[in-house]
Amino acid sequence: MNVRLYILQRATAAIMVPLVVAHILVIFYATHRGLSAAEILGRTRGSVGWGAFYALFVLAAATHGAIGVRVVASEWTGLRGHRLDILMWGVGMLLATLGLRAVIAVVL
Amino acid sequence: MDRRSPLHTGGHRRNALWIAAMVHRISGLALGLAIQGEAQLDGFLKWSANPYVKLAETGLIFLLAVHMLGGLRVLAIENLPWREGQRRLAVVAGSAAIVVAALFLLSVVI
Repeated sequence: MNVRLYILQRATAAIMVPLVVAHILVIFYATHRGLSAAEILGRTRGSVGWGAFYALFVLAAATHGAIGVRVVASEWTGLRGHRLDILMWGVGMLLATLGLRAVIAVVL
Repeated sequence: MDRRSPLHTGGHRRNALWIAAMVHRISGLALGLAIQGEAQLDGFLKWSANPYVKLAETGLIFLLAVHMLGGLRVLAIENLPWREGQRRLAVVAGSAAIVVAALFLLSVVI
């Protein structure tokens, strides 16, 4: 892992600390009242704030997860060099696509 | 003469901080598998009322909390002056994550 990836990994972690705390609090709040699609969508539909919150969360998590998988693969498998980068980008793009699709589905 | 270094005896695997690092790694990998979208929201919510799903969600909350607290531990080790009691901090982080997950399970069951 080079310095840039190392800093990016720590920066995304720091960004996500308050996001994870808020996410867990929202999970407690929402599930305690009983979940319904209408209630969730009522909170998220058309909300710029929630849209920005989850989009930032998804992008930070996708970046953090991709770099993390690259580190684990380099230590636990024989993957080296270019293949590690392909794996990292593949994982990052997959997580970002799945996550952003979900954000768009509940915000728009 | 036993030429094995301490790192190759397996003894390090019983160290609380090694376990903390592994929990951090495994929880991170598991969280990566959990990120996905849901389009048919109500159908999904009906499915999520299943007790096994609630247990699985409790597991996810634990992974998220333990990975975040473990990550804070890593950031503190890297950026703050070294302090004693690292083992205790790791145990506190793991215990706090268990408490958060247990509270979630209680809140959805009651």
